[in-house]
Amino acid sequence: MKDFQKGKMVPVPSNSIIPERDIEERPVLECLHLGVDFGGLKAVDDFNLTVGKTEIAGLIGPNGAGKTTIFNLLTKVYTPTRGTIILDGMDTSGKNTVQINKMGIARTFQNIRLFSNLTVEENIKVGLHNQVKYLTPTGIFRLPSYWKKEKEFHERAMELLSIFDMENMSDWQAGSLPYGAQRRLEIVRALATNPKLLLLDEPAAGMNPNETAELMENIVKIRDTFKVAVLLIEHDMNLVMGICEGICVLNFGQIIAKGTAQEIQSNPAVIEAYLGHKKED
Amino acid sequence: MKNLNKKLSGAAKKDLLTYVFVIAAFIIVNILSSAGVLGRSKQGLLVPICCYIVMALSLNLTVGVMGELSLGHAGFMSIGAFTGVVVSMSLVESIPSAPVRLLIAMVCGAVFAGLAGLLIGIPVLRLRGDYLAIVTLAFGEIIKELINCLIVGYDTNGLHIIFNFRGDKSIADLNLVEGGTAIIKGAQGATGTKTIATFTAGFILILVSLFIILNFVRSRTGRAVLAIRDNRIAAESVGINIMKYKMIAFVISTAIAGAAGALYGLNYSNLSATKFDFNTSILVLVFVVLGGLGNMLGSIIAATVLYILPEALREFADYRMLLYAIVLILVMLATNSPKLRNLFQKIIPFKKKEGGKVE
Amino acid sequence: MEFLSYLISGISLGSVYAIIALGYTMVYGIAKMLNFAHGDVIMVGGYISYTFMAYLNCPGWLSVIVAMLVCTILGVLIEGFAYRPLREAPSLAVLITAIGVSYLLQNLALLIWKPDPISYPSLIGGTFKLFGGQLSISYISILTIAACIVIMVALTLFTSKTKMGKAMRACSEDKGAAQLMGINVNRTISVTFAIGSALAAVAGVLLCSSYPSLVPTTGSMPGIKAFTAAVFGGIGSIPGAFLGGILLGVIEAFAKAYISTQLANSIVFAMLIIVLLVRPAGLLGKYVPEKV
Repeated sequence: MKDFQKGKMVPVPSNSIIPERDIEERPVLECLHLGVDFGGLKAVDDFNLTVGKTEIAGLIGPNGAGKTTIFNLLTKVYTPTRGTIILDGMDTSGKNTVQINKMGIARTFQNIRLFSNLTVEENIKVGLHNQVKYLTPTGIFRLPSYWKKEKEFHERAMELLSIFDMENMSDWQAGSLPYGAQRRLEIVRALATNPKLLLLDEPAAGMNPNETAELMENIVKIRDTFKVAVLLIEHDMNLVMGICEGICVLNFGQIIAKGTAQEIQSNPAVIEAYLGHKKED
Repeated sequence: MKNLNKKLSGAAKKDLLTYVFVIAAFIIVNILSSAGVLGRSKQGLLVPICCYIVMALSLNLTVGVMGELSLGHAGFMSIGAFTGVVVSMSLVESIPSAPVRLLIAMVCGAVFAGLAGLLIGIPVLRLRGDYLAIVTLAFGEIIKELINCLIVGYDTNGLHIIFNFRGDKSIADLNLVEGGTAIIKGAQGATGTKTIATFTAGFILILVSLFIILNFVRSRTGRAVLAIRDNRIAAESVGINIMKYKMIAFVISTAIAGAAGALYGLNYSNLSATKFDFNTSILVLVFVVLGGLGNMLGSIIAATVLYILPEALREFADYRMLLYAIVLILVMLATNSPKLRNLFQKIIPFKKKEGGKVE
Repeated sequence: MEFLSYLISGISLGSVYAIIALGYTMVYGIAKMLNFAHGDVIMVGGYISYTFMAYLNCPGWLSVIVAMLVCTILGVLIEGFAYRPLREAPSLAVLITAIGVSYLLQNLALLIWKPDPISYPSLIGGTFKLFGGQLSISYISILTIAACIVIMVALTLFTSKTKMGKAMRACSEDKGAAQLMGINVNRTISVTFAIGSALAAVAGVLLCSSYPSLVPTTGSMPGIKAFTAAVFGGIGSIPGAFLGGILLGVIEAFAKAYISTQLANSIVFAMLIIVLLVRPAGLLGKYVPEKV
């Protein structure tokens, strides 16, 4: 397996670590005491995390630990009961999902959510919706700027598809793509919204080891080319340990450990969460 | 020619085919009627067929493209119809030219129905699925009853409108000066309307509606609407404002229905609001579903065939609606049940395209 | 006194809506379809009972039972032939099929019983006088309200206590899981349609007894109103359908009496819209957000 270059990690307030290269920059994401209750159950509680401007961060934990709930809180699918989310220095309270995307968070979904009756290219064009704009009447009457902007849509969509070498699939119906390609398309669609932070929910699920290895390279490439931070949820430990710089471990809605891959792998609380109690002699 | 073929995408080709079909049909019908092949009664069907085609196109935008079931579309047609009648009858003297008056009436019908769409869309489009369906049905019935209470007249002093919700008012209460005309007479509806609708106007309205809808679907806004239909949550996650885009599509759809209504209203000298009830909404919905969701050419063909069918079955007299019902059920079963589809395919080799897809 | 008499006629009308709505809500809960033919089953119930009473001189109670039997069979047949093949089809296809069935029933009735309105003989005549004759309540109103309460209680017990009732609830929750637990989903749905249709027959008889003009389209409006009532109360919920039906009937009666006869239906529908805006799943329904 290829070795990926990772930054040296340094501690910041909020009890997190971020890459040293990002220390001068504003962190892309700061969660402070974030929490949500579902009818008395504290699904997530006291969640604190800082993600550096160019960091690839990982969120791991056993099933039902609340990882996807965190993504839903960050994108305001759920409204947090407690705490604050600061995105690139801006408070996100009171914002809805659409506004959050415009502010710079894009995501993929654990159960793939493509526009399955649209073509691959159209899926990306929908992602570019707020990047290239013209008015509805312009489109209906096909004024000159319609043709100009549609050309821009096409060119930018093709450029984005080239990240995963998917240009030749541009006129396929998204729902008919093979599973792995659907996952990749979802990532490209998220990227099309020009995010500062990309949330990937189990990007390697259902992929074989070769595809996963390729995906890892691509995530790093995306980070480098688009200058985005990535926060990903993943069960494939090769991927997490291979590319994630800061890793956050969640269990029963609470953070049980944070650190680099080495630190996490040797953390007794993490081992216990994954393997269960060790019998005391 | 080959070059052109290559340059046009699949979507553009399909659009072109739709336009060509409509224009060809118009020419053929004109030739037939000037040759005297079409009898008077058949010619009388031409304008209503055009109106129902436009209604089907309009509803297809809501149901097929936007993916929301509306059971009250006849209400918007009704608003357009009565607006059109009032406008046209008020302008009889100031604008003697019938085509110009018809155009103004259709534009006004579209504007009023579009405004109603905007107002109704605010509560309705928040709801989903069957809830949305039942609320649109409710609005359709409300519109019908409200129009049933309207008494409108016109004289030299302008328009007089009474809202007769207690049922105790009559035309006399309009206090029209001499030479004034009552246009809408409550539950009786509009009577004595000068019929100025023509087949050519209907044909142009179909072309304009097609142009608006097809171009809309292939634009940035239309893509957003299709995306919402396919996956609302994903559309939100890429920064698409659900309410805004649904509203745009709904208002366009209702405005087109209003224009169709105006044309329809000006084709009959007597018209009552009960014409635009739940059954009319359903009739149009049947056109849309049988024509294929999102398939505009399909809507045009289905509206034409299904409007003519009961007329063609006239010789079966009492049995014709029964036959219609049986045909409807069988077609739905044949196209949607996997078992029966296989069976039918063995008997008649035909292939139906998958619904819900816009090419 | 006037108020009280409007209230009672409202509750009586509401009881008819509630009986139809109970059938509607059960069918919707399990088959997740807008069964537009449900209203026409009411009409069939009315005609069958009329035929037995007027032509065969059967006593009222017997003709009600016959109507229930015929409608039950009809409901099961409709489900089996028209809806079952479309179990996996898009909901719009099922809706259009239901509309086709509705047309079919109306036109069959038109052929069999002709379009002229039939004056329906009330199941029981006479009125019950109170306050020295100031308030009179017809016996049929009392019977309607009583029937509605009995049906509501019986259905609640049936769905919570019996094996079949539990199977119905399981199927409406998750058909796949229910099947894996050994429940015969098709049979359960058939039974639901049977019960719904039998209730529709009862409603038909009661409706025609209070409003004695019977035509082939008699069932359409009450069908739509009852569905509105079911949505109003929270579709899928038995107490919701009961509550929604009664409220709708009372609102309609008061609207007719105090506001406007012309706009009575509009007022009823406007109430539905307001309720849905405040509580998107109806008064007693529970809102389940889509899982992301």
